Amino acid sequence: MAGKTSQNRAEITCTTCPYCGVGCGVLAGQDGTIKGDPDHPANFGRLCSKGSALGETIDLEGRLLHPMVHGKQADWDSTLDLIAGQFSRAIRDHGPDSVAFYVSGQLLTEDYYVANKLMKGYMGSANIDTNSRLCMASSVAGHKRAFGTDTVPGTYEDLDEADLVVLVGSNLAWCHPVLYQRLVAAKQARPDMRVVNIDPRRTATCDIADLHLPIAPDGDAALFNALLAEISRRGAVDKDYISAHVNGFDAAIEAAQACDPALSGLNAEQINAFCDMWIGTPKVVTVYSQGVNQSICGTDKVNAIINCHLATGRIGRAGMGPFSVTGQPNAMGGREVGGLANMLGWHLDIENADHRAAVQEAWDSPTICTHAGLKAVDLFEACASGKIKALWIISTNPAVSLPDAGNVAEAIANVPFTVVTDIMARTDTGDLVDVLLPATGWGEKSGTVTNSERRISRQRPFLEAPGAARPDWKILCDVAARMGWADAFDYQSAADVFREYAALSNLGTRFGRDFDISGLGDLTEAEYDALAPVQWPVRKGETPGGRFFAEGGFYHADGRAKMLAITAPQCVSPEAENTFVLNSGRVRDHWHTMTRTGKSARLSQHLAEPFAEIHPEDAFALGLRDAGLVKLSSRYGTATLRALISSKVARGEIFVPMHWTAQFAPSGRINTLMAPAVDPVSGQPATKGGAVKAEAFGARWYAFLATSAAIECKRPYVAKARTTTGWQAEIAGFKPPEDWEQDLRDITGLDAASATVIEDAASGIVRVALTDVAGEIVALFFAAPDPVAVARAFAVSLIGTQTPAFEALAGRPGADRPDPGAVVCSCFNVGVNTLKSAIAEGADTVDALGAKTCAGTNCGSCKPELAALLTNHLPKVAAE
Amino acid sequence: MAERLVIIGAGMAAGRLVERLCVDHAGAYEITLFNAEPRGTYNRIMLSPVLSGEKTYAEIVTHDDAWYAAHGVTCRFGEKVTGIDTDAKTVTGENGTVAYDRLVIATGSAPFIIPLPGSDLSGVIAYRDLEDTDMMIQAAANPGARAVVIGGGLLGLEAAAGLAARGMEVTVVHLMGHLMERQLDEAAGFLLRKALIDRGIKVICGANSHEILGHDGRVCALVLEDGRKLPCDLLVMAVGIRPNTGVAKDAGIAVARGIPVNDQMQTATPDVYALGECVEHNGALFGLVAPLYDQAEVLATHLTGGQAAFAPKEVSTKLKVTGCDLFSAGDFAGGEGREDITLRDPEGGNYKRLVLENSRLVGAVMYGDTADSSWFYGLIRSGADVSNMREQLLFGPSHEGAIPLEPYGGRCSLTG
Repeated sequence: MAGKTSQNRAEITCTTCPYCGVGCGVLAGQDGTIKGDPDHPANFGRLCSKGSALGETIDLEGRLLHPMVHGKQADWDSTLDLIAGQFSRAIRDHGPDSVAFYVSGQLLTEDYYVANKLMKGYMGSANIDTNSRLCMASSVAGHKRAFGTDTVPGTYEDLDEADLVVLVGSNLAWCHPVLYQRLVAAKQARPDMRVVNIDPRRTATCDIADLHLPIAPDGDAALFNALLAEISRRGAVDKDYISAHVNGFDAAIEAAQACDPALSGLNAEQINAFCDMWIGTPKVVTVYSQGVNQSICGTDKVNAIINCHLATGRIGRAGMGPFSVTGQPNAMGGREVGGLANMLGWHLDIENADHRAAVQEAWDSPTICTHAGLKAVDLFEACASGKIKALWIISTNPAVSLPDAGNVAEAIANVPFTVVTDIMARTDTGDLVDVLLPATGWGEKSGTVTNSERRISRQRPFLEAPGAARPDWKILCDVAARMGWADAFDYQSAADVFREYAALSNLGTRFGRDFDISGLGDLTEAEYDALAPVQWPVRKGETPGGRFFAEGGFYHADGRAKMLAITAPQCVSPEAENTFVLNSGRVRDHWHTMTRTGKSARLSQHLAEPFAEIHPEDAFALGLRDAGLVKLSSRYGTATLRALISSKVARGEIFVPMHWTAQFAPSGRINTLMAPAVDPVSGQPATKGGAVKAEAFGARWYAFLATSAAIECKRPYVAKARTTTGWQAEIAGFKPPEDWEQDLRDITGLDAASATVIEDAASGIVRVALTDVAGEIVALFFAAPDPVAVARAFAVSLIGTQTPAFEALAGRPGADRPDPGAVVCSCFNVGVNTLKSAIAEGADTVDALGAKTCAGTNCGSCKPELAALLTNHLPKVAAE
Repeated sequence: MAERLVIIGAGMAAGRLVERLCVDHAGAYEITLFNAEPRGTYNRIMLSPVLSGEKTYAEIVTHDDAWYAAHGVTCRFGEKVTGIDTDAKTVTGENGTVAYDRLVIATGSAPFIIPLPGSDLSGVIAYRDLEDTDMMIQAAANPGARAVVIGGGLLGLEAAAGLAARGMEVTVVHLMGHLMERQLDEAAGFLLRKALIDRGIKVICGANSHEILGHDGRVCALVLEDGRKLPCDLLVMAVGIRPNTGVAKDAGIAVARGIPVNDQMQTATPDVYALGECVEHNGALFGLVAPLYDQAEVLATHLTGGQAAFAPKEVSTKLKVTGCDLFSAGDFAGGEGREDITLRDPEGGNYKRLVLENSRLVGAVMYGDTADSSWFYGLIRSGADVSNMREQLLFGPSHEGAIPLEPYGGRCSLTG
């Protein structure tokens, strides 16, 4: 045993989590064991539920293992020839702007750099955009307008040191759980610290908020304008800082004063309380995220926030500053290499001829793009209109993630030649294209990522590359070589790519830019492999990292920052009956389009299907019942989702998760509903501001299925999820099947299994169990005319056991065994009913609940939910 | 001085009555108990396990000589009653006359013998008492012996299974389309038939018997109407029973199909009661033990000055054939207003059917897993409204009173 342990220890690899922009250090074992890296400055050993479950996502089920051309397996050589030929022909016949790459914040910096170099310096177009466009383009644009470059001024330590943390459009508890836990710890250590949560929804993040401001959708700019006006009125302006370092102050104040605070959707009392806290607390960090960015006025919102920090000089000092928190593991790295259509690498500008010339010279490339390329939404419009002749999509799923996703899918199908690189064989986007290329995934590939605080960390491989999978940078280089640029893409390793990129980053300094990691430009292979997490800038002979702008030093030509005059938009107030503002976002345990988290049974159990969170009064008016189905529709498309009736959303608003795809829930693709409206400055889609009609989905029957088999089911509503014993599905439809047993056999392909059928024809209740020759239960199916009441986790746990079919069809444990209920704590699989019992038995704090049930004692991601359960279920003590 | 109570018959109903009077109301009556069989009360319905060899006779005796002696019961066993004088209030047996203050006639029933040619041959028997059982056990002891059982009801199948267990080659001949048609629907009857065939018993349904053939005065075959000839060394008829009313009729007590009684088990003759399979109550006859026990309880209460009335309840049936667990209770006919909840598991040999009417359980048929049958029987008898538990009803008492599941596992109450 001792030998085995030490052997395992020897196999532990230090790497970085592939999920959100917190960029946590992970210790990974080849056997799939995952632990937080106690030495990584982003997380100090903490991991969230998703990170903790990484080991469950590295199996090869569903992996793309070979190149595929038109659905047939192909070899690398001929496939690469085909791609190079098609891109070359398109450029020759239609010019460089007829080709495009659509890439991803999942890419490592090295991959990103090569893609960007190939498109901008060799193919000669800037048509390379990324899913980071959907994530933080408005922050990039806001930073550039205010600071002159895309700079995050602060560090995570500011969250520890602030006296007030304002969260704007950020459900930090679910979307950046480790950062949230850090905030919780800071607040526990310093109880005087205050937290304000600004969000239309009362999210899990409200658990630590001293003040929740249920802002109107897109009411942020009005609120921060009100704050700025108040800063001015109360004389809280840092006049010295303004006069030394900031332009645009007067115009910004004037615009703020002209703005109607009521547009924020908050009352005067709420606004005053907020202004009192903000103005009265010098050490304030304003954290903002997708709720700010994903808006038709996202860039203005960013600048409205930055304005307040500039006006008070509260920037770049410990515990102070605006702080954009990104949603992707390498959104920041992508920004740094110029992975957006409107920028060059090293934070240089396409519009600037000197910058362009310098980049071309550095690359010694035959050409350089001369103008900004197409941003994501425009790019797919160009696909639809026929302008794009060859499209390469890498590590992202735009047929799901872009607004008006239905049309995006059609647009992709409309491009004459399409390539997708992915790790999964089946994705909604991959299903549409000519060529599929297998990439190495997390755990297999090597490179670097940059997190939200500018910290560069290594992703290191600990698994063999499966099948014929190759690293993205290598695939891109192979195509470049076949297009005639072998010398420029003759990299021997990821480190080789990184060295070139880092060495050339002194271009940034040369043009007075912030980004510079030239100190890493001559790392040896061994040094690259051993690279410890490091915050940029990294220059030779200087201490790396630190904060920006405490003493000015902005990157506009005059070195000064710019405050912008912001006009707040009218709040969206849908007028038509049954019309709602559609807000979208993440859930705690899923990530993006679920290609990775969807593999984990643990993560899939927290919220196993897409839902629409709707206010009880709206639900009542629509005739919706708890757990019924609701149909949302817009002029772009429709979606059908489980109704989650909750007063946590405001009246007139509906919140939906963004993750579900046709692979898991064909009717749950939210972005089919979203208008392709974008922020005019950043081009970022407004995926939190849809307008939809809602109505009850008049299903005549509902069903729950747990099975060991793969599920192939076409019904008006289907939502699949992984379970520990196979799969589960929620299904609903109109006309009941004539033969339920045969229907179940068709769905599961379990033709040979023996069936046990319960039927209550008058009640419309049907239950079917399928048992295999070994007497093991292989499917349990429960149908009813109403949303099915069945102990789902219990039913799932019976699959693969020899429980008598009849007993299993009870669908719940007998009186002697309680039903644990829906999973709250993913790490320990603790259900809501178990928690309620523990509360009833006297557990009256989150810690007590943890001691009793283990819930929340590993990653802590469920702690806000535990707190909410305590609030709702603690016995009320009568006041005397 | 205690009143004199004479009871004619020591079957299971009489046994229960004697026990109530002797144990709960000791000394209330001076009891004389006649029995034509040379023994006291035993559990007649357990004869099948005796036949199959799973129990011995000693194990099914409920009241032995010592018990009667201890409780002061005068036993006149093996003595037939020859007359009753209701005016003189005496009962005369083969060994003399005894006076009564009150009389209970519990003469039971006799098996019906189909009057086929050859039905009087040796080796043609009914299945009623210990003597029949012993005869069957002896017949089965001959190697290679074959038996035909006419009647695919409860008793016939228990006889068939018992004989098969003792090594006989057994054929069941049943007039109706499926076995136990009074207790089982077709689906359960099918599973039962399959189970019997699996244990080597031949089953012929929809078959009319035509003639019994004999050789040297002993049965040798049964001929069916379609001409089929079933050779056999033993022929058991289990096609029904007739109340034994001869003694009552001879005494001038009113008799119809059985001996009519009111709700207190009183006949039309003062101080004369009737109990058990010999009675007729509101036109109904009785052949299963549960209502007989109910009658005994009512009569015991009445005889000791209490108020009680007999009301027939739904009856249940359990086939005592090891490995063939079936249960039937109440009324399971389909029809307007009747709603079925069914479980079909043909490969697992399981079947359940609950019949509801106006949200009440009125009938149940089960084959295979019958563990919860008494609970369903209780629901049928109580007539409780089951609408609140309908979805879990089939799963029995382990799910009774379970807290209703929240829609969607309580997820709706989670935070977003």
